[in-house]
Amino acid sequence: MRQIDRNLIIDTVAELCIKANTELGEDLVEAIKRAKEVEESEVGKEILDIILQNIEIAKNEQLPACQDCGTAVVFVEIGQELWFPFNLTEAIYEGVRKGYKEGYLRKSICDPITRKNTKDNTPPIIHYEFVPGDKLKITVAPKGGGSENMSEAKVLAPAAGIEGIKDFVVDRVNRSQANPCPPIVVGVGIGGNFEYSAYLAKKALLRNIGDRHPDPFYADVERDLLERINKLGIGPQGLGGRITCLDVFVEVAPCHVASLPVAVNINCHVARHKSKTL
Amino acid sequence: MIRLKTPLSEEDILKLKIGDRVLLSGIIYSARDTAHKRLVELIDKGEPTPIDLKGQVIYYVGPAPAKPGYPIGPAGPTTSVRMDPYTPKILSRGVKGLIGKGNRTQPVIDALKKWKAVYFVAIGGAAALISKRIKSAKVVAYEDLGTEAIREMEVEDFPLIVANDAHGGDLFQEGVGRFKVE
Repeated sequence: MRQIDRNLIIDTVAELCIKANTELGEDLVEAIKRAKEVEESEVGKEILDIILQNIEIAKNEQLPACQDCGTAVVFVEIGQELWFPFNLTEAIYEGVRKGYKEGYLRKSICDPITRKNTKDNTPPIIHYEFVPGDKLKITVAPKGGGSENMSEAKVLAPAAGIEGIKDFVVDRVNRSQANPCPPIVVGVGIGGNFEYSAYLAKKALLRNIGDRHPDPFYADVERDLLERINKLGIGPQGLGGRITCLDVFVEVAPCHVASLPVAVNINCHVARHKSKTL
Repeated sequence: MIRLKTPLSEEDILKLKIGDRVLLSGIIYSARDTAHKRLVELIDKGEPTPIDLKGQVIYYVGPAPAKPGYPIGPAGPTTSVRMDPYTPKILSRGVKGLIGKGNRTQPVIDALKKWKAVYFVAIGGAAALISKRIKSAKVVAYEDLGTEAIREMEVEDFPLIVANDAHGGDLFQEGVGRFKVE
């Protein structure tokens, strides 16, 4: 049984929290550059240019790209041959505390009713998955509030089919307009059950821009949704334009014969995720 | 590109039209959810507000912590519509400019026309860039609110877009209408 040092986990989570917030993915940068070429709105083009400059400043000065440094959403793949002689969850909490403090990241987590801030951005939302092997893969995906507020899960009737799902997704984006800070990235979870569809929608946002679903049917669904969303005209920051969405990712799981769960998780253009395998 | 300096006059305001790009310099004040609630409670009681709102510009922002040597942390706009229930009363005290992100509701659009004020959008998510245009910042009221306290900020060439002008114009509606494909 392989062991991983507790401090290494803490430091890795902290580093991922900081890097995810300060250094956005090359895939995202390239997608925004392409969007700038395609965008026909002059205001939209200028907005995309400012967004690119912002990414550059954030990286060069190690500043979070957005002041909303998000809820720390942590995906952990645990190799089943690993052994932890300590509290793994607590080590991840400690890593979030350290990263948000040392990275000068904004702490946005509070009690749902009293709104009292926990002051260290804990607790994170952690999703554990057991996998074969003896490696530990940690992904930190900070998620902003403005785009999360525009997300929705619904259990459709099976008769709604794929067209019903597409209509639900497009309608959800249309009702969001400027609020989730377009150009957005859209994660869609299809199937599972009520809560699992939402998990799938979140997990879908971990993919890199341009990565298509391996099943050609769902790859087409992704392409079709992207096209339909970009016909809405919402544009960068909702001020009108051709580029509302940079990409759509669909994740799928089998579901109950009586149900067709679907969830839409919207990400802003500061689409953050960083991974490391120990 | 239009260069403006705060405080804004009625003449400045009436010249602005939706879609205008503005570089704003001078003093502006941050305020978001809870600060708005407190300001409106004072206005309702007929009491003075901790800052004189006349001619001022309010920025909806909750900055990240400042790194050592920086006057402020990354400071991009938050969603404006959450302030809409308070905004007409804030405008009635002479505020001339609002800065945030996202659409406003009709009562705010009407109040902008009535009180001759404008709503600018800053680029949501461009927080690191915006913070470089903020030259100084100090808390002037509601320190207990932390990131949500009212800060007096001196800005230089803050890039903004006029989204709702004092003539009833709405760039969101106009822009999306222009690019929507039926």
